[in-house]
Amino acid sequence: MKVVVKLYAMLEKYLPPGAADNQAATEIAPGDSVGRVLAGFGLPPEMCHLVLVNGVFVPPSERMTRTLKEGNHLAVWPPVAGG
Amino acid sequence: MAWTGKILRVDLAKGTCKDEPLRMDWAKQYLGQRGLGTKYLAEEIDPKVDPLAPGNKLIMATGPLTGTNASTAGRYSVITKGALTGAIACSNSGGFFGNEMKNAGYDMIIFEGRAPKPVYLYLNNGDAKLVDAAGFWGKSVWDTEEGIKAKHQDPLIRVASIGVAGEKGVLFACIVNDMHRAAGRSGVGAVMGSKNLKAVALRGTLGVKVRDAKAFMAAVAKGKQALAANAVTGQGLPKYGTQVLMNVINEVGALPTRNHRDSQFEGANKISAEAMAAKRPDGKSNLVTNAACFACTIACGRVSQIDRTHYTVAERPKYQVASGGLEYEAAWALGAATGVGDLDALTFANFVCNEQGIDPISFGATLGAAMELYEMGAITSKDTGGIELKFGDPKALTEMTELTGRGEGFGAILGLGSKRMCEKYGKPELSMAVKGQEFPAYDARGIQGMGLTYATSNRGACHLRSYTVSSEILGVPVKTDPLVTEGKAALVKAFQDATAAVDSAGICVFTTFAWTLDDIAPQIDGACEGNWTTAKLLEVGERVWNLERQFNMRAGFTAKDDMLPARLLKDAAKTGPAKGLVNQLGKMLPEYYQLRGWTPDGVPSNETLKRLAL
Repeated sequence: MKVVVKLYAMLEKYLPPGAADNQAATEIAPGDSVGRVLAGFGLPPEMCHLVLVNGVFVPPSERMTRTLKEGNHLAVWPPVAGG
Repeated sequence: MAWTGKILRVDLAKGTCKDEPLRMDWAKQYLGQRGLGTKYLAEEIDPKVDPLAPGNKLIMATGPLTGTNASTAGRYSVITKGALTGAIACSNSGGFFGNEMKNAGYDMIIFEGRAPKPVYLYLNNGDAKLVDAAGFWGKSVWDTEEGIKAKHQDPLIRVASIGVAGEKGVLFACIVNDMHRAAGRSGVGAVMGSKNLKAVALRGTLGVKVRDAKAFMAAVAKGKQALAANAVTGQGLPKYGTQVLMNVINEVGALPTRNHRDSQFEGANKISAEAMAAKRPDGKSNLVTNAACFACTIACGRVSQIDRTHYTVAERPKYQVASGGLEYEAAWALGAATGVGDLDALTFANFVCNEQGIDPISFGATLGAAMELYEMGAITSKDTGGIELKFGDPKALTEMTELTGRGEGFGAILGLGSKRMCEKYGKPELSMAVKGQEFPAYDARGIQGMGLTYATSNRGACHLRSYTVSSEILGVPVKTDPLVTEGKAALVKAFQDATAAVDSAGICVFTTFAWTLDDIAPQIDGACEGNWTTAKLLEVGERVWNLERQFNMRAGFTAKDDMLPARLLKDAAKTGPAKGLVNQLGKMLPEYYQLRGWTPDGVPSNETLKRLAL
C-alpha cells in the first residue's frame, strides 16, 4: 500500500532522488510502523523530532507500534521553531 | 549596574531634550524595557487620550541586559497607546539600535507633545538635539537612514525611522531600525508620525556596566553554551529561520488562509523556508544568507534576493539587491492570508513593507479581508482604482503594498486596518482581529491555546504575548495537544508572565526555545542589583501583565473585548486535524480569569492588585 512521506528542513536530503515538494509516494507493507518506515529512509531517530501522521503528532513512545494506513501522510521535521 | 540610571525626555513642542534620573524604585519592580516603559506611560498619560493626539507619549526603552554581551541583548521596545488598537502598545525590535541607545547613555527616551514641524532626534553619547527633518519628510525609511548617515558623515549611526506610511497615518505603520528590523505592531509608527518625529539617530560608545562582572560572564557563557547545544537555537533557527514553520503549521491544519476561510494553503510549500533555500532556474536561491542582531548567537534572520527577471524588479534595480526577510509571519500574511503563492512577489512586498514602514502582518491580513469583500462585491474595482483584488493574484498584492506604503489610493483605505475597513463596507464580521489588531499566522481552531492567547492579549491579537505554539505544536518545553482546551488557561498564563519578564530584560524571546527563566535570572542578577531570581522574574511578568490590563481598562476596554471573531467561534475548520472544530474560547476564558486572580468580569481583584503592589 502507498503512503506519502514528507521530509522537511535538514531531512530533505533523505528523500529519494527526483522527489519534489519535499515528499515521496512510498510503497510500504501492511502493518509497517511509523518507526519502520522512517528507518527505511535512513532517518536517524534523534533527528525525527516532530512526527505527524495526517497532521497529528505521534509521540516517540508510539512510533514503533503505530501502524500506517493506505494514503496516510507521514510528515517529519528535525527540532525547529519559529515565531 | 546594567541600567544607565538615566532617561532622556524630549519635549517635541518646546524642542527641548532633558536628562532625568531613572526611577530606580520602578526599575526594581518592572525591570526595564516593556515593563518599565509601560509603567512610565501608565503614570504619565491619560489612557483615554486619542493615540494620535499630542497628549499621547512615545517611549523607546531598553532593558538592563541591552548592550551587554548576553546573547541577543540588543532589544528595545516602543511603548505607547496604539494607533491601530487604542490599547497599550509595546512593539519589540532587534537589530543594533537598542544597543546604541544604551551605549549613548540612556535606558529610555520619552517623546512627548508634537513638534511644530518635522524633526529628528540626534543623540551622540549623551548629547541630544532635535534637528530639522524637512529634507527627509516624504522619504522612505531606507532613504532617511542613508540620508541621515550621510548628513552627519557617520556610517556607524544607528537609525530608527518611519516611512511615508507613518507620516500619512497608516494605522499599522511601524518604526524600522537598521533598514529592516521593526517595532512592527499596533501602529507605533503612526504615533511617531503624528508627533512630526521622522527619525531617531544614535551614536553611543559609553559602554554598559554590570554589577558583578565575574558572575555575569559565567552566567552569560553558560547561556550561550545552552543556545549552541540546543538543536532549535543552535541549528534549526540559524539554518531555516522562522520560515520553517510554514509547512509545519500547514500540515497541522492551522495556517489561516484567505482571511481565515480556510486553515490550509495549497501553496504553502512554494512560500516556505524550503522554497527559499531551493535553487531557482538562474542557479541562485531566494535565500542569500542568515543574519544576526546585536550580540545574538542564534542568527535566525533571513536575507534574500529576488530573481532579477521577476516582474516586480526586472525594471527596478533598487530592489534587485539582497535585503531583509522573509520571516514566517510576513510570509504568511503576504502569502497564505491573501492566497498568493509567488515567493518573489512576497519577498518584494516584504521589502516594500520595510522600505515604507508598514507591519506586514496587519497589512497582509487586511488585504485578505479586502479580497474577501471584493469577491462578494462589497468592494469593486471602482473603489480600488481599477485593481482587481482577487485572492491569489500576486500583482494585486504587490501593487497594494506599494499604495499602502505611500498611503495613496485604496492603500489609504487598507491603511485603516481590517476593523475599520470592514466596518466601512458594512461587513465588520470579516475583520479577523482582536481589539482592532489582526491575527498573526496561527489558526485558533487548530491550536486552541492560541485562541485564548489572542483574546486576552493586551495589545490586540498577537502570537508573541504567549507563544503556546511552542508547546502545542513544537513540543517545547513539553508537548501538549493543540486540539483540546484542558490545561490551556494555565499554559497561556505561564507563557504570558514569563514572556513579559523576558520582554522587560533586553533579550530576545527566541532564547526561550532553549532557556527557561532559570537560565535568564543569573544573567540579570549578574548585571543588576536586586537579587534577581526566577520567582522574582515571574512576579515582574505578572505585574507587567496586570499593569497593561489596568491601562486598557482605564482606556475603556472590558471583558467583552476578550473576544474572537465569530468565524473562529462558529465556522468549523474545513480540513486537517481540526476539521469540524471551532475555537472553544468560552471553555478557557473563565478558568483563565480565575487563575489570574481576576473577577468573572475580567477585572483584577483587589487582592491580586495588592499582591502585585499595583
